Amino acid sequence: MKITKIHKIAFTFLIVIGLGACVNDLDVTPIDPNLATADKVLNSEEAFQQVLAKVYAGFAVSGQEGPAGDPDLVGFDEGHSQYWRGYFVCQQLPTDETVNGWADGDLPDVSQVNWGANNGFIRQFYYRAIYQVSIANEFIRQANSLGKPEYTNLPQYIAEARFLRALSYWHALDLFGNGVPFVTENSAIGAVLPMPAGDSPRGPELFDFIESELLAIVGDGEDQSQVLLDAGQSYGGQANKAAAWMVLSKLYLNHAVYRGVADNNYYTKARNYLNKVTSAGYSLITDADAVAGDVYDPYEYLFLADNYKADNEIIYSINFNGDETQTYGGLTYVVAASIGGDAMKPNDYGMANGWGGNRTTKALVKKFTTEDKRALWFTEGQQLEIEQQDQFTHGYAVTKFKNRTRNGGFGTNEGKSDWVDINVPVFRLADAYLMAAEVDLRLDGAVSAGSLAFLQEIVNRAGVSLPGTIDLDWILDERARELYWECHRRTDLVRFGKFTKGYNWPLKGDNLEGKDVDDKYNLMPIPFSDITANPNLKQNPDY
Amino acid sequence: MKRQSNLFKLLFILVALFSFSAIQAQQLTVTGSVTDATDGMSLPGVTVAVKGTTTGTITTPDGVYTLNVESGQTLVYSFIGYKSQEVVATTSTINIALEEDVIGMEEVVVIGYGTSKKKDLTGSIQTVSADDFNQGAIASPQQLINGKVAGVQITDGGGAPGDKSTIRIRGGSSLTANNDPLIIIDGVPIDNGDVSGMRNPLNVVNPNDIETFTVLKDASATAIYGSRASNGVILITTKKGTSSGMKIDYAGNVSVASKANEIDVLSADKYREVLAEKFPDNVGLMGDANTNWQEEIYRQAVSTDHSLAMSGMITDNLPYRASVGYNLSNGILDESSMERTTASLNINPSLLDDHLRINISAKGMFINNNFSNQDAVGGAISMDPTQVIRGDAYEPYGGYFAWVRPDGSPNGNAPDNPRAVIDQRMDKSKVNRFVGNAQFDYKFHFLPELRANLNIGLDMLEGKDDGGKHTLAGAAWDTDAYLRGGAYENYTQKKENKLLDFYLQYTKNLAQIDSRFDVMAGYSWQHFWAENTSGAWFNLPNEDGEYIRTPENLNRNENYLVSFFGRLNYIFKDKYYLTFTLRNDGSSRFSEENRNGIFPSVALAWNMKEESFLADGEVLSTLKMKLGYGVTGQQDIGSDYGYFGTYKSGQPTAQYVYYNNVTGSYDRVNFTTIRPNGYDENLKWEETTTYNIGFDYGFLNDRLSGTLDVYLRETEDLLNQIPVPAGANLTNELITNVGSLENKGFEFSLNAIAIQNNDFTWNIGANIAYNENEITKLTRVDDPNYIGVITGGISGGTGNNIQIHQVGKPASSFFTYKQVYDTDGKPIEGLYEDVNGDGVVNESDLYVGEQSAPKVMLGLNTNLTYKNWDFSMSGRANLGQYVYNNMASSRGFYNNMQVSGEYLNNISSDVFNTGFNSAQYLSDYYVQNASFFRMDNITLGYNLSSLLNNNMKMRVYTSVNNAFVITDYDGIDPEVNGGIDNNVYPRPRTFLLGVNVNF
Repeated sequence: MKITKIHKIAFTFLIVIGLGACVNDLDVTPIDPNLATADKVLNSEEAFQQVLAKVYAGFAVSGQEGPAGDPDLVGFDEGHSQYWRGYFVCQQLPTDETVNGWADGDLPDVSQVNWGANNGFIRQFYYRAIYQVSIANEFIRQANSLGKPEYTNLPQYIAEARFLRALSYWHALDLFGNGVPFVTENSAIGAVLPMPAGDSPRGPELFDFIESELLAIVGDGEDQSQVLLDAGQSYGGQANKAAAWMVLSKLYLNHAVYRGVADNNYYTKARNYLNKVTSAGYSLITDADAVAGDVYDPYEYLFLADNYKADNEIIYSINFNGDETQTYGGLTYVVAASIGGDAMKPNDYGMANGWGGNRTTKALVKKFTTEDKRALWFTEGQQLEIEQQDQFTHGYAVTKFKNRTRNGGFGTNEGKSDWVDINVPVFRLADAYLMAAEVDLRLDGAVSAGSLAFLQEIVNRAGVSLPGTIDLDWILDERARELYWECHRRTDLVRFGKFTKGYNWPLKGDNLEGKDVDDKYNLMPIPFSDITANPNLKQNPDY
Repeated sequence: MKRQSNLFKLLFILVALFSFSAIQAQQLTVTGSVTDATDGMSLPGVTVAVKGTTTGTITTPDGVYTLNVESGQTLVYSFIGYKSQEVVATTSTINIALEEDVIGMEEVVVIGYGTSKKKDLTGSIQTVSADDFNQGAIASPQQLINGKVAGVQITDGGGAPGDKSTIRIRGGSSLTANNDPLIIIDGVPIDNGDVSGMRNPLNVVNPNDIETFTVLKDASATAIYGSRASNGVILITTKKGTSSGMKIDYAGNVSVASKANEIDVLSADKYREVLAEKFPDNVGLMGDANTNWQEEIYRQAVSTDHSLAMSGMITDNLPYRASVGYNLSNGILDESSMERTTASLNINPSLLDDHLRINISAKGMFINNNFSNQDAVGGAISMDPTQVIRGDAYEPYGGYFAWVRPDGSPNGNAPDNPRAVIDQRMDKSKVNRFVGNAQFDYKFHFLPELRANLNIGLDMLEGKDDGGKHTLAGAAWDTDAYLRGGAYENYTQKKENKLLDFYLQYTKNLAQIDSRFDVMAGYSWQHFWAENTSGAWFNLPNEDGEYIRTPENLNRNENYLVSFFGRLNYIFKDKYYLTFTLRNDGSSRFSEENRNGIFPSVALAWNMKEESFLADGEVLSTLKMKLGYGVTGQQDIGSDYGYFGTYKSGQPTAQYVYYNNVTGSYDRVNFTTIRPNGYDENLKWEETTTYNIGFDYGFLNDRLSGTLDVYLRETEDLLNQIPVPAGANLTNELITNVGSLENKGFEFSLNAIAIQNNDFTWNIGANIAYNENEITKLTRVDDPNYIGVITGGISGGTGNNIQIHQVGKPASSFFTYKQVYDTDGKPIEGLYEDVNGDGVVNESDLYVGEQSAPKVMLGLNTNLTYKNWDFSMSGRANLGQYVYNNMASSRGFYNNMQVSGEYLNNISSDVFNTGFNSAQYLSDYYVQNASFFRMDNITLGYNLSSLLNNNMKMRVYTSVNNAFVITDYDGIDPEVNGGIDNNVYPRPRTFLLGVNVNF
């Protein structure tokens, strides 16, 4: 009897200990040293700065490990899902400036302007752009709830997050139209179905939001509590007012496409903000910036490993560093994919490898005169005529971006890896100059003396001269010459009404010479996957 | 006279005594108890009859009886399912232990939290015991039962030594969550996740130590494991000590493996011919050699396995078994090997008059792996056959031929010299693992029907590189490492899983109502903990003096599972059985609202043979029907913190950098980033509801026996990684509960004893399983236009996928363009059907085609013994399965022979069937029927039973594994896990000579 009593007590004891202690185990917090909940991590201004850095880094890297691993977006090849690589695919591949030859899924369709609503590569950029909006929202949301008065720089950080959100929204508006999902810091996270910004793919809603956001953070809105730094006061790669003015100007210049109706007031507004940009103290990189030992042309300085020094022309950049910001996307992609064939040596461009993918078409090459210093092609072993999309040697290779420094040295990778230092020149002064001239033409039918002087600076640097009359067609071509491979081309062609019809180039419409395509291609499709996931969304016309 | 009288006295006394006892015999009252010989449980309702009379009684519910008999009469104890026993009544106390009788039903089967007699089972459970295991070169436990159990598909990952297998029971019930069954070794659920430095987490057990595999298939059997049971449960028990004497068993073998097949690529001569015809400009890139690269990387591999076990009894109550095993498996890919030492100890003392039984089990495993470099498999196929392996010109690359750029730097895109990738990389690992538990089973002194069972278990392991994973200097195939004098990588993984189970079981016989029941209720607590560290370095520094290649990374995870469970078994008249189980699981992987899942099951069985209308039949010897229903779950969703928002710090290589141009210094100002992660606060279990109807049958005294099961499994709240509405979360896709899928099918097995006499026996076993898998829902919102989830990444290009999960179709169906063929049946390059008829062929014309999982699986085995000889064969067939021949699609086109004039590739001979110039990755031409029959094993053995005065038994045997495969599939092997044939380590053919000795 005694024994059984002891056993009884022991078992009861065991049960009580076991059950009581262990059910509480189910409440866990991360034990991973790199993982924490918001309240535990966002307890200093520095922590907010690090989250803001992620919103910036979301444009540069594809995940938390670099060059790959722990990706931000899943379900894709991680390198392809990087922001600038996706934007390059959407803005460059369907144009006369670029042809890609990889047999990657439905990537060839993008170069052929022959995509459907399931296209995986268009889908990747769509999700990346909206992802950026989401993490900017999260930053603003947490700053509003966990920020403290003593974090004195927080309002400026919020303004930067609002800039980055507006930038991505502008990209989304430009590519996918006014019907993209609309979320702000006031939206819930989780089981919600975001509403589209507007009912119609061309309409005012998203445009107005982006405009009001940008006006607020440049100090032109009613609430001036969250304002960006002035031009000249920010770091390279940090958003300042001039960067926001550029987005505003782009928005206004393309308003007729985005809103579906032209309204000269917007061109006037564009002129207003372009004026601010051109008088903010920026200047073109010229021979004056050269020092002894520099081996490249000043125009090329803008696209080199040390192009952080070109800050007098580059207004806003997405920054890369071979050691600290590694990705298979970004300018690593742009440079590596532009190297191929038997004759090109990756090391000449500061790389260890060439990925042999992107070339250009004769349509771009023929816009240049032989003396134009901006025509940066590699032609040995390359044929101008494209007969096969998947042969790198068909079409000229483009050597505009190089991971070398002005004096011919290597970047931080020492030429021994593919991780580049080149910053993406998202906005630069030459673009603003060309926009100013275009606005003149659209408002007044002629280029003003001031804008003409700007154009003169551009052609002078290129080593060519201005034509007798400057018209919109010349502007479009000059934009190609000056800005090719900088991700402006599709937007420009759409604005000029030449993307789908009236102007053709090799492979357009899956045709070697190029042919007209359906007007639906002026807008990219909202990915099928999101139409399905979110019944509030409406597909763009004819997809 | 005196003597006589004394003698008389003695006789008198004897007679008197005899007479007295004879008088007593008239009135002898016998009492006693009747118990089960196997488990000592009291048997109620046992008939105790006096032979040749009508006198008799039955035992009480406590199994006791009292009967008045005449001394010397014979008592007959009989009970259904037990052997009758006869005893001459001479004393007043007779305790009897009855032994179970019916053929094939005597076994005690391990079930969840306990054991059951096989005849009492209500669920679909199949046991394979040591006698029936597959033979031959067996390095990993799961190979023991491949093909033996209907509805269990075991696909090894390839031919690497001790390679991981994928086990699917009745098809997978999940898409993105884990589809592996729960594996429990001696009561300890083991971590079946991947282990760093180890090919197969199951390798913790020496196959020679395994006594039985029990596969629980339907939910009425598995639901006691609740949230981890959706994909079935496999219970492994190891051998325990015997009850008498000391036994020593030795098993050893030596085997020789060689490649069974080669991938069909162009020979050097053919290559020269084709290149000259197709790319005359590039012939200059060719070399002068004739190299068969596949010959260069494979070898004949000799392996051995030794295992020594000692078992017996120390004193009267301490049975033990101790074993050591050593396995050296050499792979046919040069340098690949696994060297495993195992040690195990089982002791099972019985204390307090058998009231306390203790089972202590400890298993240790020490593995040294050499992974070789499996990239060589693909390299050997792609490498230009006209190149030399080594040459003086290739001094900078360690002497190995390499494709280089004009400046001498290695071309990172070109195929890698397969010999170099093997020789210039060291990739070894060391893994130590311990699984142990102590189980206490106490039968209460005051209430023997009540038992308490406590089980404490521990599974811990450490897997790490052995001296670093090195890329040697000069390795041209790793361009970054080449430039920095080589590189190395370190990794360590630690896991620690703890278990505490406790249950009470009460068993009662109620003879009054002809019933037996047992009730069990318990509690289980488990903690899973894992830590991974890894980092990579270069051998030479960069300009800044840094060696880092990949910064050192550490991550840690844990989760808890706290459960309550119970079971009720009720048996009426030994004909009708009811089992009800209930489990309540709480997992730390879900929020408080969704944390607890209730998983019920109920099963009914009807032993029809015992009914009067069948009982007398001579032909039918067994017939039992089982009906089961149950709900199980799946909580292994890949993420421990998926339901709440977390912030993740970035690595130093994923920083954001500003340049300080305010001061003009352009100093870098860099920030480590912190990322908010996406989450789904509503995350919960997957739930699978299973309906099962099964029959056990036997004819002719069970010489012909088997089972038939028909099932339907519906998984709801299917976890699927789906696109979240853009903007709704902090990621684009989340694992979330949205879909449902269905598996239905049947399983039939047949075992026949064809011949059985003193000299000759012949057994045949066959099983067939048919499974249909269909996804019934994938999204929250029903949309007929939703195409589904693209999956199945292939090699070739970047981000190409070949499969889809689509509603109405089996999971991972092929998703391709429909190839158009010319009149000769040759595919026309780039011409696909405009499936949707919109005039253009683009990704909207991809269609959902064949499924990758087999529809029908067959297992066949037979064994013959004649006198001292034995012979056995076992084979399997999968029918209705398709494989995407990625080996051909990524290599079978002419343009692949040269890339931009930079380097050459060998190509698949399939190019002669297609004539393709460019890659056609998404053509359904490459989706090929891969039905097959494989003869897994043929064994011939000879027994020497009468050695050392019959004290020693010995068996020598020889076997061949992977003897042959019959298939129409064009690739090297039709058995491909997941349906994409790509870079698979080929399965070798293995010849083995072995010996088993027992004394």
